[in-house]
Amino acid sequence: MPVDIWLIFLLSFMILGSIVALEIKDILSSIVAIGVVGLAVSTAFLILQAPDLAIVQFLFEIFALIILVRAFIRKDYHQLEPARLGRLTAALTALTLIAVFAFSVHAFKGLPEFGRPTLATAQYYLDHAGQQVKSANIVSAVVLDYRAYDTLGEVTVLFTAILGTFTILRVRKAKKEGGEK
Amino acid sequence: MSEKQGLTVIVKTVTRAILPVIFLYGFYIILHGHLSPGGGFGGGVVLALAFLSVMLAYGRPTAQKWLNIRILHDVESSGPLLFLAVGLLGLAAGGAFLLNVLGKGRLFNLWSSGFILPLNIIIGVKVGLSLFLAVWALTEWDPEKGDDT
Repeated sequence: MPVDIWLIFLLSFMILGSIVALEIKDILSSIVAIGVVGLAVSTAFLILQAPDLAIVQFLFEIFALIILVRAFIRKDYHQLEPARLGRLTAALTALTLIAVFAFSVHAFKGLPEFGRPTLATAQYYLDHAGQQVKSANIVSAVVLDYRAYDTLGEVTVLFTAILGTFTILRVRKAKKEGGEK
Repeated sequence: MSEKQGLTVIVKTVTRAILPVIFLYGFYIILHGHLSPGGGFGGGVVLALAFLSVMLAYGRPTAQKWLNIRILHDVESSGPLLFLAVGLLGLAAGGAFLLNVLGKGRLFNLWSSGFILPLNIIIGVKVGLSLFLAVWALTEWDPEKGDDT
């Protein structure tokens, strides 16, 4: 089967999963349905021949599932009332969605064929990464050699995020100790 | 005492048996980042999940006994510094910042592509520990017990 049909199948699978995640009453089933969406994205990356992305997406999906289950499983968040939409709001939303859809169909028709004209930069990496970096995995060569400065930024972002998490959670502790005194 | 914490004995036994394999897979993904799909980020998440499975199966107090969280914190925080040091190495060798000055080796060998292998190791350890420590910090506060944990 051609790639397009697999992709359409996966996309409909993802849309179904998100609808189930929104509509289902049980919070655990909802989290699992969100996981279905992430795993479908991972499979789509695999079909599009991007195994690096597929691995990272797959693992982060599992990680996110664990955090979501840990965060939400004990609280009865499913008791929340569903939001009520007025008739006018619903009509306006539907109209906007249809307009955006029509516009994007028009816009996507103007795009070049998927992956067909390789970008000049990408072609340079494909031609020279083996000789210049001696890395069999060209994605690694781009991420850690040609674009290592960007990766340093990513590591800094991660470091800052963890620093923020610990700072926020430490404030609560300090307050508690102060209250006990 | 440790029997009561965490999950059932089946889960604990399976975790103990499978844990070395998870770690091996994580290290494989990190070390072969320049040869096969994967690399520091993917392998790091595998390591974080291995630590997490210990925490989930054996419970937080037992995991705290086994793992020295303070040292893990220090290793995690030194990740960006090590990355910077590797970058400055290129500067010190007379080139640009983050210039790949190590010997390149041969294509398809494990010892190839210079800086990519050490940088992958740094990123892997950093990502793994920070994700695990983030979950560790988040579970410090138990929503059921409220503020008294």
